[in-house]
Amino acid sequence: MKKLKRVAGFIWLILGPVAVFFLMRTAANEIAAKPSADTWIQWGVFVLVFLPIAFGLSLFGYYAVKGEYDTEV
Amino acid sequence: MKKEQGIWKVITASSLGTLIEWYDFYIFGSLATVIAGQFFPNTNPTAALLSTLATFAAGFIVRPFGALVFGRLGDIVGRKYTFLLTLVLMGGSTFAIGLVPSYESIGFAAPIIVLLLRLLQGLALGGEYGGAATYVAEHAPAHRRGYFTSWIQTTATLGLFVSVGVILLTRHSLDADKQISIAKFNDWGWRIPFLLSIVLVIVSIYIRLKMQESPLFSKLKSEGKTSSNPLKESFGHKANLKMVLLALFGATMGQGVVWYTGQFYAQSFLENVCKIDFDQSRTILIWAIVFGTPLFVFFGHWSDKIGRKWIMLVGMLLAVLTYRPLFQELVVLSDTTQKTEQTAQAKQVTTLTAVPNTGDSVRVVKQTQFFTDGSILHTSTKDTLYADAANTTVKPLVTVSKEVGDGIYWKMVGIVFLMIVYVTMVYGPIAAFLVELFPTRIRYTSMSLPYHIGNGVFGGLTPFVATLLTTIYTGNQLAGLMYPIVVAGVCLVIGSLYLSNKKAIH
Repeated sequence: MKKLKRVAGFIWLILGPVAVFFLMRTAANEIAAKPSADTWIQWGVFVLVFLPIAFGLSLFGYYAVKGEYDTEV
Repeated sequence: MKKEQGIWKVITASSLGTLIEWYDFYIFGSLATVIAGQFFPNTNPTAALLSTLATFAAGFIVRPFGALVFGRLGDIVGRKYTFLLTLVLMGGSTFAIGLVPSYESIGFAAPIIVLLLRLLQGLALGGEYGGAATYVAEHAPAHRRGYFTSWIQTTATLGLFVSVGVILLTRHSLDADKQISIAKFNDWGWRIPFLLSIVLVIVSIYIRLKMQESPLFSKLKSEGKTSSNPLKESFGHKANLKMVLLALFGATMGQGVVWYTGQFYAQSFLENVCKIDFDQSRTILIWAIVFGTPLFVFFGHWSDKIGRKWIMLVGMLLAVLTYRPLFQELVVLSDTTQKTEQTAQAKQVTTLTAVPNTGDSVRVVKQTQFFTDGSILHTSTKDTLYADAANTTVKPLVTVSKEVGDGIYWKMVGIVFLMIVYVTMVYGPIAAFLVELFPTRIRYTSMSLPYHIGNGVFGGLTPFVATLLTTIYTGNQLAGLMYPIVVAGVCLVIGSLYLSNKKAIH
């Protein structure tokens, strides 16, 4: 189980930047398709809010890889 | 016996205030379309609605900041005064929204004031829940925390129930004629649910003022062991930060999307995708809530016996597996093309209104079709008849509204009820779970942030992201479900792997 927790940690570590990439790409496509103030505001808010969350997910993955969650929490 | 009476007083006082805060917060979301017309004028109604939804989202996004501000205050000053302050802030903002003049009267100041008040509401809500949950948990015996805190968990759903109920009652009681009453409600009557809030808040403040500080916090304070910097202790120390991250990604993130899909997106889906009329789409939700609410207490109580983890995760699993078939069934049930029409009863009324000085006329064709299962389909088509025969309306405005028969109605209640059951599974035990994850000295701060990111950001944005997805993938009515399914799925895997099955201490 400990090994599985650590290996899965790599997934969460990578999922953070992957999520940011898809978020940025969708935001850019949406803004290009409808370049209005509304679209800018909506996607700007999404990116702003989800960036620190994605960082948190990667940090969670890093802790998992390092074995911080090996013991029952 | 005296101790038992004491805890019920604590629960009543805490729950009532929290219920009112949820009520305040929800009426804005429930009246999004009406408010859009009053404060966010736009020739394109979708854009106006999106503006309001964005405001709705803004309300949710500031919630995590409220969690930090008031969480810190609660861990330094105390639980009682902090969640009293959030109640005043919330009640004041809600009452003020009811007083803001419309865009027609004061121009751009109107939407700006409303936006600011909405942000204040979000800030207050961010501080309220953590305080109420912590306060009740710190009064409850450790082996019954799940049961006692589950009463706080019912308030979010009951707040929605009361808000929808007050809106429907107001909407239908402003005039003997239903249509005139609705028109009055859209014009000025929508303010009543906002103004009513002040009465409820005053009552709740009075009750809360009589309460004592949490015994665990009082003990810490008397021993001089309270935290001087809860933010640093909560998020600056790895030992606690890793628990905050686990709480977010292994529990509250999935819980948030399951909650908002069952309680909000389901109703929005019924109204906007299935085209079920305003009243029915709301009463379906109300019935589902009525039947489902006792299960919060059931699952909270059960979590004291078997642990919190698997009840929450099974709720997420069921949501991931069944959302698509459940929502698909709602589409099928509302699809009138598969029903048998009683053609003899069909009605059609055409009205022509002349456009002054042009010779053109606006034509409105109202068609009503009846079906053997009791369903009724109302279609209204609006176009312009030009005096110059060379002109034609490019695209007539067609609006569709359906009333379903009794059999279909109760089937829909059953489906939404199932979604509410998932909500009760993920949400019933969560307060006890979060409280037990963090130490008393930084509990308010530590549990509030993951709760409000999970619910405010991941959950609160569900209707918005789901609507957005349906505009990107226009051919797929169920495209909006991708968001809650993926988020709940990831949370389910993380929770299964890393969470322990916390049981109450016997």
